Amino acid sequence: MTTVAPARRTEFDVARVRADFPILRRDIRGRPLVYLDNAATTQKPQPVIDALTEYYAGINANVHRGVHLLSELATDAYERARETVRAFFNASSTGEIVFTRNATEGINLVAYAFARQRLEPGSEVVISAMEHHSNIVPWQLVCAERGATLRVAPIDDRGDLILEELERLIGPRTAIVAVAHMSNALGTINPVGDIVRLARAHGVPVLLDGSQAAYHLPVDVQAIGCDFYVATGHKLYGPTGIGVLYGRRAQLDAMPPFLGGGDMISSVTFERSTWNDLPYKFEAGTPNIAGAIGLGVALDYLRSVGLEAVAAHEQDVLAYGTEALSAIDGVRLIGTARRKASILSFVMDGIHPHDIGTVVDREGVAIRTGHHCAQPVMERFGVPATARASLAMYSTREEVDVLVRALLRVREVLGGS
Amino acid sequence: MSDLNDLYQEVILDHNRRPRNFGALESPTHQAEGYNPLCGDRLVLQLRLDDGVVADIAFEGSGCAISRASASLMTDSVKGRPVADARALFERFHRMVTTPPDSPVEDLGKLSVLSGVREFPVRVKCASLAWHTLKAALDREARTSTE
Repeated sequence: MTTVAPARRTEFDVARVRADFPILRRDIRGRPLVYLDNAATTQKPQPVIDALTEYYAGINANVHRGVHLLSELATDAYERARETVRAFFNASSTGEIVFTRNATEGINLVAYAFARQRLEPGSEVVISAMEHHSNIVPWQLVCAERGATLRVAPIDDRGDLILEELERLIGPRTAIVAVAHMSNALGTINPVGDIVRLARAHGVPVLLDGSQAAYHLPVDVQAIGCDFYVATGHKLYGPTGIGVLYGRRAQLDAMPPFLGGGDMISSVTFERSTWNDLPYKFEAGTPNIAGAIGLGVALDYLRSVGLEAVAAHEQDVLAYGTEALSAIDGVRLIGTARRKASILSFVMDGIHPHDIGTVVDREGVAIRTGHHCAQPVMERFGVPATARASLAMYSTREEVDVLVRALLRVREVLGGS
Repeated sequence: MSDLNDLYQEVILDHNRRPRNFGALESPTHQAEGYNPLCGDRLVLQLRLDDGVVADIAFEGSGCAISRASASLMTDSVKGRPVADARALFERFHRMVTTPPDSPVEDLGKLSVLSGVREFPVRVKCASLAWHTLKAALDREARTSTE
């Protein structure tokens, strides 16, 4: 691959960043696109789009197989992407970085190849009340199969996890604690260091769902001390269909494979097979090679812009948006945690979020409306759904202004309270 | 912006704000629950059939303006009419909201205000939810109210 990471920028320049994302130049029915659905997926910078084309046009071959040059080049690019991911999350070795399809697959891998072995009648899995369905359903499935119980740590009215309640739930019966690093529906950033400490005190392993956190704040899995961390590429400005599971080596070593097939074995006879080294033991079949390479380029891009600078910029727009939306008559923010990022979830008196979504779409504004795959969160706040604007590195105060005008238009069209 | 005003016509806004036949029936003979997983809309529909006629009908639930107005208009339009008419109306309504935009549609009286959803493909489900729930309720065996 010839893609070279751009030189590190010293100052965050949102106009320059926006210029790197071609889709931001398109219009929506004659109006400029205001893309505020980043919590669903982020847009892709040109280097990521180029990397996919360059891979297929220049070095496409299967990895870890042939002795021919293309296979060598593809393998090399694929493994360099793994090293980029390792560095991004500060894992201690590339053996701890497993490529998956997405965060959901990472959670399922841990649920089936790790938790299921430890669950028995009477044992428990602890999650929080702010989880995405992907960090609820896999645990329900393995708990049901093993006769174990799913316990849920509550959140308060602001959307903060009640740490004392979580602590009360962790004990000798707990097989694993699995919580979001950041909530997709509320924007809450959880105190993951504290959560790991609480679990560790009881010798309980921790999985963190980093789907939302990883593109808003620097993540250091060693500093956090978690056993597993999952993330998804398409929210990290990378392609869809590629995700990452970080697993502490001692845990991964002790686990049986999740899926069986090619690439994950060291030898196969009809009597028995032996497993390949880490991380390949968990990567059965031909992986998403282009996706992994694209993700590596996306992370290079993110690091070149600077995650700290991105976080500071997003916090500025978030604070601006929080104030602007709160000032609209009849608008109520759902999720006002002390520490949050990116997410402005809200409801409007007398107007259903779905109608909000339709009207603002006609103004060129893309937001998510619905339960955000977090129905228990909606239930907790007593709303059937919310409208959600979510920010990324290219979001601006001006875009928030367009959203606010669009919401006034919603009121005009639908009346309401 | 005219298509937005086509979608949210005054009749629809009025039925959204003051839905007709909203609530629960004393002694329903038929009942069904409709759910739209896309937006989380939920609708409970109750009917009292008497000698092949929709003697009474009511709905409850939360939903967007389109689904609420459509449920309200639906209950209004089938109340007091024979079940066969209600079924026929389901077919005609379904045809109306699924014909491509710009092509002519049959005049269904008040129900025609919902033809605007054709410009908003993801909203067609909102408009049809109440009607599919009606069909489900009619297809079901009669139930007693004590259940």
